[in-house]
Amino acid sequence: MAVTDTSPGVGLTDHPVFAALSYWFSQYRRTWRSGVFSSFVIPLMWLAAIGLGVGGYIDRGPDRLGVDYLSYLAPGLLASVILNAAGGECTWPVYGAIKWNRQYLAMLATPLRVVDILLGHLGFVVARMFMNAVAFFVAMTLFGTLHSAWAPLAVPAAVLTGLAAATPTYAFAVLVKSESRFPVLYRFGVVPITLFSGVFFPIDQLPGLLRILAWLSPLWHGVELCRAAVLAATPALPAALHAGYLALWAGAGFVLARRLLTRRLVV
Amino acid sequence: MRRVVMTIVDMAGKFEGLVGAYKYSHGVSSATTLITARGLVKRFGDRVAVAGIDVEVRRGEAFGFLGPNGAGKSSTMRMIGCVSPPSDGELRVLGLDPVRHGPQIRARLGVVPQEDTLDVELTVRENLLVYARYFGIRRRVAEPRAAELLEFVQLGDRADDRVEPLSGGMKRRLTIARSLLNQPEIILLDEPTTGLDPQARHLVWDRLFRLKQRGTTLVLTTHYMDEAEQLCDRLVVMDGGRIVAEGSPRELIERHSTREVVELRFPPDKELGDIAGKLNGLGRVETLPDRLLLYVDDGDAVLATVHQRQVMPASVLVRRSTLEDVFLHLTGRTLVD
Repeated sequence: MAVTDTSPGVGLTDHPVFAALSYWFSQYRRTWRSGVFSSFVIPLMWLAAIGLGVGGYIDRGPDRLGVDYLSYLAPGLLASVILNAAGGECTWPVYGAIKWNRQYLAMLATPLRVVDILLGHLGFVVARMFMNAVAFFVAMTLFGTLHSAWAPLAVPAAVLTGLAAATPTYAFAVLVKSESRFPVLYRFGVVPITLFSGVFFPIDQLPGLLRILAWLSPLWHGVELCRAAVLAATPALPAALHAGYLALWAGAGFVLARRLLTRRLVV
Repeated sequence: MRRVVMTIVDMAGKFEGLVGAYKYSHGVSSATTLITARGLVKRFGDRVAVAGIDVEVRRGEAFGFLGPNGAGKSSTMRMIGCVSPPSDGELRVLGLDPVRHGPQIRARLGVVPQEDTLDVELTVRENLLVYARYFGIRRRVAEPRAAELLEFVQLGDRADDRVEPLSGGMKRRLTIARSLLNQPEIILLDEPTTGLDPQARHLVWDRLFRLKQRGTTLVLTTHYMDEAEQLCDRLVVMDGGRIVAEGSPRELIERHSTREVVELRFPPDKELGDIAGKLNGLGRVETLPDRLLLYVDDGDAVLATVHQRQVMPASVLVRRSTLEDVFLHLTGRTLVD
């Protein structure tokens, strides 16, 4: 019997994580068209409808935001859209890779380890969030909502926001025994977070208790960062604190996801 | 730097492999023993799936785990496949410890799982190329190899079709092709033909038989005694997490059954227990719901005596003993419920 020809790695892209990542890209090559619509066209419609439509009314009143409503909304919407995309990428695909087409099991029969499988999938999620964020950023440019030379930093800030939600969501998707849990997560997690994290209005409009929830929400921190970058505004806290809080969510979610995925696959 | 580290890890693995093989040789030619289990146990909470088994698989043989559903075959396979840590006992695969060297061992295994893990939305070829990457096989190596393997499993003309519409037998053959991409030293097949129609099963058997002829080590589980008889050089019969017998199909039949079996079928209203009493002294009798099995050396000769004793079955079949009879004798139950 010939000795295995596994062509030992010479470059970074030979790492097992990239092998796992490449699976998700080969799948994406088949489905990207529908993804483009949901991740790009729909947010554009939001931007047009709420930004221009609602904004048209708001901008007629006294100027409390310091900037036109569309410009105020756009960076918040950017963070929110990426967070939503992260939620989508880390629920059904994760569940499916465990339960439906069992790709994680296929991967685990090879030299890939659980952590490679996890990192490969998260790498793909980050790449998708980055693509979405860049596309959204281009749209913001077209709508004329950028007011700072630091504006491009909103893209990594949005991706970090998405990652802060991605890893805990991933852990949740590994944990659940039925996909009927995902709409619940959306209804009681994503929707309130989206509405009460300063995307559409400043959170000081909120009553005290809800404001505390906004502070805890990773989205509010992401919105602050994106808005600071795009509008040259001062964020509520130093930028490093906002980013650190998001990193904490991402890191804790990762540890949890890794533990749960190991428990689920290696039994 | 990474490469140097990997080389050292590889060397450490090989060294450990040598030591492991030496340690577990016990008189069996060490270089030829690929899998060794001693008192291997797998527990899931309170449930004991594998209750302490000893197994040795040698290079180049087709080794089978035969037993009914729930006998512990799949749990054993998953431990050998390094995706399920043993609860107790010793296990060495290719001389290495599956818990500590899972990725290194898996790099040298080919796995055909019980349930397909193909991505049915990708094409046949894409499934192979994606999988090859998991083994770090370069695309220029993987492409010709995938094409060759698709020919081998008679799917060459379906390379660019999506997997979804393929039949169960084709998917199985694709999974077999996929398991061969890394030119494995051992192929693990968990119930390779369960759920396939007879024709599809024969196609799969034919391919596996060819692999066997090439000297590939096959380890398979099955609850089909005909599959075990056709493919296995040596097998263990498992029941309730334990090994109840071990040997070649022929040895097992010689040891635990007679040369021939007389099957006596009766109409459903007959009381088989009473009839069994009339067969006293002719040979061992097994009573099944619809028939009696009479274990004898010369079926036709005994059949004459049966008729003399006024036993009048609705139909009669004289046949050779099979592994099914071995299992029935050892456990009192049939393999397939």
